[in-house]
Amino acid sequence: MAPQKNKHWLVRQRTIRLLWVWFSIVLAGLVLADIFVHGHPSFGLEGTFGFYAWYGLGTCAAMVIVAKLLGIWLKRPDTYYHEDVD
Amino acid sequence: MSISLIPPGVWLILGALLLPAVPRRFHALPLIGLPLLTLWLVWTLPNGTSPVLQVFQYELVPVRSDALGRLFGIIFALMAVAGGLFSLRQKSTLELIAAAIYAGSAVCVALAGDLITLFVFWEMMAIASTTVLISSNEERAVRAGMRYFMVHIFGGSLLLAGIVAHIVNTGSLAIEGLNAGTIGGGLILAGVLLNAAAPPLSAWLPDAYPEASYSGMVTLSAFTTKAAVYVLIRAFPGTEILIFIGLFMIFYGIIYALLENDMRRILAYSIVNQVGFMVTGAGIGTEMALNGAASHAFTHIIYKALLLMSAGSVLYQTGKRKCTDLGGLFQSMPVTMICGVIGALSISSFPWTSGFVSKSMISQAAADEYLMMVWFLLMAASAGVFLHAGIKFPWFVFFQKDSGLRPPDPPWHMQVAMIFFASLCIALGIWPEPLYALLPNPVEYVPYTVPHVVNMLQLLLFSGLAFFLLLPMMKRSLTITLDGDWFYRKMGPWAAERVTEFMTATYRRFEAGWRLRIEGFLALLTRYAGPHSVAARTPESSYMVLFVVAVLGLFLLLPLFVW
Repeated sequence: MAPQKNKHWLVRQRTIRLLWVWFSIVLAGLVLADIFVHGHPSFGLEGTFGFYAWYGLGTCAAMVIVAKLLGIWLKRPDTYYHEDVD
Repeated sequence: MSISLIPPGVWLILGALLLPAVPRRFHALPLIGLPLLTLWLVWTLPNGTSPVLQVFQYELVPVRSDALGRLFGIIFALMAVAGGLFSLRQKSTLELIAAAIYAGSAVCVALAGDLITLFVFWEMMAIASTTVLISSNEERAVRAGMRYFMVHIFGGSLLLAGIVAHIVNTGSLAIEGLNAGTIGGGLILAGVLLNAAAPPLSAWLPDAYPEASYSGMVTLSAFTTKAAVYVLIRAFPGTEILIFIGLFMIFYGIIYALLENDMRRILAYSIVNQVGFMVTGAGIGTEMALNGAASHAFTHIIYKALLLMSAGSVLYQTGKRKCTDLGGLFQSMPVTMICGVIGALSISSFPWTSGFVSKSMISQAAADEYLMMVWFLLMAASAGVFLHAGIKFPWFVFFQKDSGLRPPDPPWHMQVAMIFFASLCIALGIWPEPLYALLPNPVEYVPYTVPHVVNMLQLLLFSGLAFFLLLPMMKRSLTITLDGDWFYRKMGPWAAERVTEFMTATYRRFEAGWRLRIEGFLALLTRYAGPHSVAARTPESSYMVLFVVAVLGLFLLLPLFVW
C-alpha cells in the first residue's frame, strides 16, 4: 500500500470512512423524513413506510443479480468479434 | 409572417457542403454559426405551414410548424451548436460535414409536413450518420458502419413500403394519427421503431456508435433515436404495444450496461434505456405522457451528449475506452469529471437536474392512468438508471482504483461545450418553465413538491447504496455480452459457410459419380453434332435437289395409301 499521506485526500482511508458515515446519516435521515412527509400515494404499496428506500435497494440488487446470471451464458472475451480483424 | 418553402435545416445542410472551402482556423464560423442560424430560424417560426410543393400528383408540405415540431427542431439545432463547438479539433473534415448534414436533416424531419418529405430527410440522416461513423477510416469503424447501414437500409425499406401502402389505401400524406393495425401503419411503425433501437433489432446502436470517433459519438447519440421518438409521438400516440416495447428497452439497457466494460458502450446501452422511457410515454399517450416523452427527449439529448463529451474527452486525452484501463482520472481532469457527474445526475433524474423535471411526467402519467405494473416497473427502472449510468459511468472512469493515468482536461473548446451543456442540465432542472412552455400540451405538472423530492432522493440514494454494497459483484472484466448482432455477425456467416460447404460437397459427390456418364454423353453429342459430324458438313446443292425430289415423290405416293 502506498503511504496514505501521498494519496489525494479524497481517496485516503480516513476520508472514505467519513464519507460512509455521512452517507449513512443522510440515508437514515431520508427514511425518517417519511414520518413527517406525506405524499399522495397512487398505489397501496407506495404508502408503506420507507417505500422508495427499500424498493430502490431491492430492485437494484435484483437487477445486478439478473445481470450477473445473464452474464454467465452471454459473456464472451472482448476479442470475440475481432479475432479475424486484429 | 409567412413560412418559407425552404426548411430551416436545409441551410445547415447546404452550408456544410462549403466547409472544405473554409480554411481550418475559420472552421468555428460555419460549425457554430450555421447551427445558430438554423436554431434562430426554427425558434422564430410561427405556427402554420409553408406553401404546398406540387410533385407529380402529390402535394408536399416541406415545412409544418407547431409546438411539437419546433421543440424537436430547436433541440436538434442546439445539439448541433454544442456538437460543432466540441468537435472543432476534429481532423476529419468529412465527419464535420456529415455531422452537420445529419443535424440539418434531423431538423427537417422534425418540421416535415408530410410522409414523403419526412422519408427523404429520414434517409439523408441514415446516409449522413453512416458517413460520420466510417469517416475515421479505421477498419473496426468501417465494418461497424457497414453493419449499421445495412440495418438502416432495411428499416428505410420498411418505412417506404409502409408509406406506399398507406398512400395507396388512404390517399393521405399526413403524418398524424396513423393506425398501427393497418398494413401501411404497421410497416411505418416497424421502420420507425427500428430507428428507435427497439427490439428485436436494438443491437445496431451499441454495436455501431461506440466505434465512432471521440466527437462522432456525441453527434450520433442525439438524432436518429430521437427523430424516431418524435414520429412515435406525432403518429402513434397511445398505441398500447409501445408501452411494452418501451419497458423492454428500459430493462434491456440497464442489464446490458451493467455487464459492459467499455465506457462508451455503457452509455450506448443507456441511450436504449432512456429512449425506452420515451417510447413508454408515447404508448401511454395521455397529454401528460406525451409532454413527458417530448420533454424527456429534449433533456436527454443534452445530458447524453454531455456524458458522451465527457467520455469523448477521456478517450481523446488517454486513447483508452475500457473501464479496466481507466480510473482515478478525477485528480487530473476535474472539469471533465464534474461535467460527467452532472450529466450522470441528470440522466438519473436527480432533483435540481433536467432529468427530474421531464422523466417524472412519464411515471406520473402512468399513475394517473392506474397502470400499476407500468408504474412499479418505471420506478425500478429509475433506480436502475442511477445504478448503470448515474454511478457506474463516473465511478469506473473517474474514481475506483488509480490507473496511474494523469491526463489534463481536454482543449478549451471541448471544456466550454461541456460546461455549456452542464449548465443547461442544471438550469432546466431548477427553472423548468421555459421548457414546459415549449411542450406540445399545456403543462399543469408541478415537479417540485416536498414528497416528490424526498421520494426520489430515497430511491436514488438507496440505489447508490446498493451499488456500493454490491461492488464486488460488479468488478469489471475484459468481456462483452452477446446481443442481437450475434445473429448477423456470427450465426449468419456461420450458416452461410455451412451452406457453401454443403453445396461444394454435394457438387463434388455429383461430379465423382456422374462425370464418366456425362463425358460419354458429350462425346456422343460431339460425334453426331460436333464440328466434324455429318450434321456440321456443308452439303452440295445436288443433295438438296435429291432431297426435294424424294419429298415430292413421297407426297405423290401418299394418296395411294390413303385411298
